[in-house]
Amino acid sequence: MTTHRLHLGLFFTGVGPQLLWSQPDFAEHTHIDTFVQTVRTLERGLFDAFFLGEGLRVRENRGRVHDLDVAGRPDAITQLSALAAETERIGLVATQNTTYNFPFDLARRLASLDHVSGGRAGWNIVTTDNAWTGENFRYGGWLPHERRYERAAAFVEMARNLWGGNRVDTHGDLVDVAGSLGVAGNPVLFQAGDSPGGRDLAARFADAVFSANTDYDKAQAYAADLTTRLEAYGRTRDSLKILPGAQVVLGDTAKEAAEKADWIQREQTTGPRAIAFLEQYWNKDLSGYDPDGPLPDIEPAEGELDPSRGTISVEHRTGKLERIAEWRRLDLSIRELVLHVTPRHNTFVGTPGQVADEWARYVRTRAVDGFNLVPQLLPGSVEDIVDKLVPELQERGVYRTEYEGRTLREHMDLA
Amino acid sequence: MSIHLALEIDGAGSHPGARGGLPDTEAVAVAEAAGFALITINDSPLSPSPEAGVRASHLARRTRRIGLAPTLHPALTEPFHLATQLAALDHASQGRGAWVVGAENSAAAHATIGGKPLSDDALRREISDVIDVARLLWDSWEDDAVIRDVASGRFLDPDRVHHVNFTGERFSVVGPLITPRPPQGQLVVIAAADISDKSDVALVAAPTIDELAARAKQTNVPRVFAEVEVLLGEDRLAELDAREPWGEPARLRFAGDAEEFRALLATLDGIVDGVRLHPAVLEIDLPRLAVATRRGPVGGPTLRDTLGLPRPVNVFAGEP
Repeated sequence: MTTHRLHLGLFFTGVGPQLLWSQPDFAEHTHIDTFVQTVRTLERGLFDAFFLGEGLRVRENRGRVHDLDVAGRPDAITQLSALAAETERIGLVATQNTTYNFPFDLARRLASLDHVSGGRAGWNIVTTDNAWTGENFRYGGWLPHERRYERAAAFVEMARNLWGGNRVDTHGDLVDVAGSLGVAGNPVLFQAGDSPGGRDLAARFADAVFSANTDYDKAQAYAADLTTRLEAYGRTRDSLKILPGAQVVLGDTAKEAAEKADWIQREQTTGPRAIAFLEQYWNKDLSGYDPDGPLPDIEPAEGELDPSRGTISVEHRTGKLERIAEWRRLDLSIRELVLHVTPRHNTFVGTPGQVADEWARYVRTRAVDGFNLVPQLLPGSVEDIVDKLVPELQERGVYRTEYEGRTLREHMDLA
Repeated sequence: MSIHLALEIDGAGSHPGARGGLPDTEAVAVAEAAGFALITINDSPLSPSPEAGVRASHLARRTRRIGLAPTLHPALTEPFHLATQLAALDHASQGRGAWVVGAENSAAAHATIGGKPLSDDALRREISDVIDVARLLWDSWEDDAVIRDVASGRFLDPDRVHHVNFTGERFSVVGPLITPRPPQGQLVVIAAADISDKSDVALVAAPTIDELAARAKQTNVPRVFAEVEVLLGEDRLAELDAREPWGEPARLRFAGDAEEFRALLATLDGIVDGVRLHPAVLEIDLPRLAVATRRGPVGGPTLRDTLGLPRPVNVFAGEP
């Protein structure tokens, strides 16, 4: 029987509440030195890949820039091109959306990253229909929600054609491109959306999925669903790697790890953040309310949710009044409510040995092929994983002890 | 202060008979050691080379002093992406980023984005709009926007991160940029003098020194660089021309030895602030140029420092 080994990536989000910037040793997350340090540590830990997130508009709260979370990130492909010069093996994956990019231009830039990195480029394909983000681009919110995966599929198909050296000449309403690329490439394709449309896109085109299903049972169900979808496209389970996003909290004892995980979660849900969370729903200034007191007694503003945080999924854009009524019945303080409705998910907590045992079970049963890890502490999370968890995984025979290949495709056992 | 040197590194060379080329890392290592202030990377969507922004950024971590100026084309890109890419280059190089404003407007290039060429006037206006919005976006985060105030739980001061609300003729951008202000404040913007006067460095192309001097005098931009084609070692010219004739020059053309080249630079020193050199054959003329210039690496640390250009005051500073 083949021993399946874990593939690890690090997802550098660059925005959002995960990163605890309030810690005294927080590494300035937009400084190039922090990136260089991080990728070098990951390469020492034999990671498959370093991922950069994307968000094409700075998050806002009621019309002003959201001020409580880390913000600010580089252009992903530009940054990874620089990091390619600082590393030799690690894969470099850019999250790029198919709505606010020109297909030829993006295909060319990705092929160029693949070229300068010697075959280490990846593309994490995301879609959006967010018109608020579109206000930074030439055509605004041009793409209807229900057509976003149609555009994505046409876009990816076009990119693959171009990378293969073909001339394209397509004039549709979703994609209009004529030309051929002067530079070849074969970036690894990741897909991140968990909707049926996203899963189908993954089954059709992706080399790997960056899923949200880390619970063992959900991960197995997800793998089974993808296997069925893959068969419809004449593909096998082995041709698609499943890497859920996950967080890890390690401690020398189980108790220490659990306490640290609680502390991290509470740090991630500060009073001002809890208030800001509710302000999205109330769409009113709630700054006068005590985060440790009851929910605001005033009624929310009319109308649906303010999308300007750029974080609210489609299914949560409607029905806010019902949701608020539900929350009131829970009778929690503002902060406790927010902790309750945004539970810690996708987080593995324990000693390095415990987490390694758990991951070994996941990968031996093919529930997943690895994880894409989101750090909470910079540089602490990355160093902990590399220095403490990786040796335990190696001891269990589920992690490489050296890079055997040079390209990201080789690291990920992809054709 | 002696005349600034810039070098174009894309392709085989400016002579149509040139063959070969140099890997970027080699060309830039030679140029950096020889005291060039910056390299430029020509580009077009249909170029056989990788994209210039990617190449420049890759070079950022292989160099310490030299400026890096990819060519990006306003009419063929999203202005927001262009500004973000260049800001990231400046961060990665710690203040050595620049932008050669491209004017690619061919039908084939536009076909890659499903578009059609613009009229000359429309192209100029588009270029002007994209330069304006890029500068605004680079200023959209004030230098001290990140406050990390643990007591109030605020990572940044929202009064110091600004919407730009730019409306141009063919596009609009709300902003702010997703990237904090570049180390140089704004990247060094380089544009041909006949394309835009909104640059920091104007490139002037004229076949004679007199014409060059006249054009340079009319150019109202902080720094003026002359475009110069260079062949060191005149004996090679006949062979190159036999392969493919060089044709009539549109920019200053030099063919001679190192001493004569230094004399040309001395003459130009009184007329322009710098030269952008286009070696006839990169792999032969660049090493010769490096010997001929007789310089050590520039001081930096930023490209603005090297060129004596001040770090721009943020247009949003002090605005609520």
